[in-house]
Amino acid sequence: MLRLALKMLYGDRAKYMMLVCGLSFCALLMSQQISVFCGLLLWTNATVRNIRVPVWVADAKVEQVNEVVPMREIEVQRVRSVSGVEWAVPLYWSLLQTRLPDGTFQAVQLTGIDSATLVGRPTKMRAGNVEDLRLPNAVIVDQVAIAKFAKRGIALKLGSTFEINDKEARVVGICETERSFLGQPYVFTTYSRALEYSPPQRKLLSFVLVQPKPSVSIPELLARISAMGGLRAFSSDQLKWDTFMWYVKNTGIPISFGTVVILGIVVGIAIAGQTFYLFVHENLRFMAALKAMGAGFGTLAQMVFLQAFTVGFTGYGIGVGIAALFGNAVLKKGEPPFYMPWQVLVFTGVIILLICCLSAFVGLLKIARTEAAMVFK
Amino acid sequence: MSAPTESHQPLAVHTAALVKNYGRGDNLVQALKSVDFEARCGELLMIVGPSGCGKTTLLSVICGTLGYDSGSAAIFGRDLASMSSAQLTAFRGRNVGFIFQQFNLIPSWTALENVSVPLLLNGVGRAKAEKASAALLAEVGLQDKLKVRPGQLSGGQQQRVAIARAIVHEPRLLICDEPTAALDAASGRKVLELLKQRACRPDRCVIIVTHDSRIFSFADRIAEMEDGQIKAVHGTGDTQKLYV
Repeated sequence: MLRLALKMLYGDRAKYMMLVCGLSFCALLMSQQISVFCGLLLWTNATVRNIRVPVWVADAKVEQVNEVVPMREIEVQRVRSVSGVEWAVPLYWSLLQTRLPDGTFQAVQLTGIDSATLVGRPTKMRAGNVEDLRLPNAVIVDQVAIAKFAKRGIALKLGSTFEINDKEARVVGICETERSFLGQPYVFTTYSRALEYSPPQRKLLSFVLVQPKPSVSIPELLARISAMGGLRAFSSDQLKWDTFMWYVKNTGIPISFGTVVILGIVVGIAIAGQTFYLFVHENLRFMAALKAMGAGFGTLAQMVFLQAFTVGFTGYGIGVGIAALFGNAVLKKGEPPFYMPWQVLVFTGVIILLICCLSAFVGLLKIARTEAAMVFK
Repeated sequence: MSAPTESHQPLAVHTAALVKNYGRGDNLVQALKSVDFEARCGELLMIVGPSGCGKTTLLSVICGTLGYDSGSAAIFGRDLASMSSAQLTAFRGRNVGFIFQQFNLIPSWTALENVSVPLLLNGVGRAKAEKASAALLAEVGLQDKLKVRPGQLSGGQQQRVAIARAIVHEPRLLICDEPTAALDAASGRKVLELLKQRACRPDRCVIIVTHDSRIFSFADRIAEMEDGQIKAVHGTGDTQKLYV
C-alpha cells in the first residue's frame, strides 16, 4: 500500500511540484539565512582565529575581542609573574587609517605582534617571509588588503609602500587571514613598530597573549590571572563565544535574520500545509473508498505520513542543496559570509519534519472525521 | 420484511427495527424507520425506490460503513454493534466487496493496482495479489488493460475494473451502489451480465441499490423502499410490475 501511496502522490504532479517547491523554498530560506547569519557572526571573532594562542588577557572591562580597552605595558610583566604561565607576550590591535600612494585613505586593522617571538603571526603566507617583519618599516598585508587596494587601481605587492600615520610601511609579505566582521584588511607588524604607527596614548597595550605551562589547566590559569585584579583572562574558545554572543545581544543582526527565518517557516507551513490539505481533501473520496474496503486508520496514516515525509525529504534536499551551492559560490568570492555547520542542517531538517508532521496530522484529522459511507453519496 | 426466498439458504444480512436519524431537534430527519430486512446467500437482491427514500443509508448501514441509532444489524450472524471500529474495518475488508456508482478507482494507479487493493489490504503479498488481479482482469476481458490508468478506460471498462476489484478477494457480500448509473444502456446490461456471471454464487450475497429499471430482470428479489421503510418485496418473476 505504501508504494501505491507514493504513486498517488506522484500522480498529482501539480500538487506534488507545489509541495516540493514550497518546502524547498522554506528549507532554502532557513538554511541559507542561518548560514549567512552564522558566517557573519563567525567574522566577528576572526581576530581570535587569526592569532592562535590559547589564552587572551585584556582589561577587566573588555567583553569581546573587537572592543579594546588599552592597558599599561606593565601588565605583561604582571601576567608573566602568575604561576603556571609558560610565556606571555604583548599584542597591539587597533583600527588605523592608511594613506595610499594616490592620496586616498583605507582603514586597516593594525596588529602588532611580539618582535622577538613573532607569536600571533599569520599562519598562512602567500608571499614573503614572516621573519622579514623585523626589517625596517616592514608590514605583512592580507588578501583583503590586496583586493581593496586593487579596487583603487593599486597593485599591492612585495616592496610596495603606503603610509600609516605619516610613517612609511613597506610590504614584506602577503598572508591569508580569516575575514573579519569589520571588513577591513589585517596589517601585521611588530609590536614596537605598531606603537610607532599608533597615535600617542598613555596606554597602548591591547591584549596579553599567554601560553600556560603543560602542568596547568587553562581554566585554572584563567582564574589565577583574573584573580590578580584589573585583568580578565579568556580562553581562546571563550573569547570567540563571548564575542559571538556580544553581537547577538547588542546588535539587530539576530532580529533581522530571525525574521527571515520565521518568514521561511511561515511560508513553508502556509504553502505545504495548505497544499497538502488540498491534496488530502481532493483524495478524500478515494481514502473513504479505501476505508470502506478495509483500510484501517493505521494503514491510511502510514500512507499519509509517507506522502508528507516524501515531499518533506525531497524539498529539504533541494532546499539545502541550493543553499550549499550558494555557499560554495560565495565562499570562493569571500563574501557574503557563509558558514553552514551540521547544526543548521539538523535545525532545518527538524523544522521541515515538523511542517510535514503538522500537514499530515491535519490531513489525517480530515480522514479520521470522514465516514467510509461518504463513498455512497 | 416478508421475503419470498428459499429459507434453507443462510442469512447474509439481517436487520431488525433498524433506525437511523440524521440531524437533531427541528432538523431531525428519519432516514430509516424501523427497517426489518434480510438478504440470503446465493441471491441477487435489489433495493429500489425514489430518491431520498433511504436506500443508500440502508446500504451504508448493512455493509458496516455507517452507524445506526437503534435496532440491530448483522452480517453473516455477526452483530455490527458488537464490533469496534477497527474490527468492523477488518471484517469489511475480508467479507465485503464494493462497487460504487462513480467507480472510485484511484486515477494515478493502473487497473491492475486498483484491483489488487483488497488483496493488499488483506495482507496478501504484492506479487501474489497482482497475479490474482491480472487473472481476474483477463476474465472480465481487460487482459490488455492491466497497465492502463482508469482515465484511459471507457465507463464500461472502468466498471469492469471495479467489479474485478470488488470480487478479487472473494467476499461473501457484494454491495453495489447504482452500478449502471454512469453507463449507457448497453454497457449497463453488459455489466449486470458480468456481475451475474462472475459474482453470483451460492455462498455469496449480492445487494444492488439502483434506480435503473432496465436491470430489474437480473434480480432474484427486489425490495421496494419508500420514506425510510421497506414497502414491499418482490420475488423472482414478480418484478414486471415494477417497470413503469
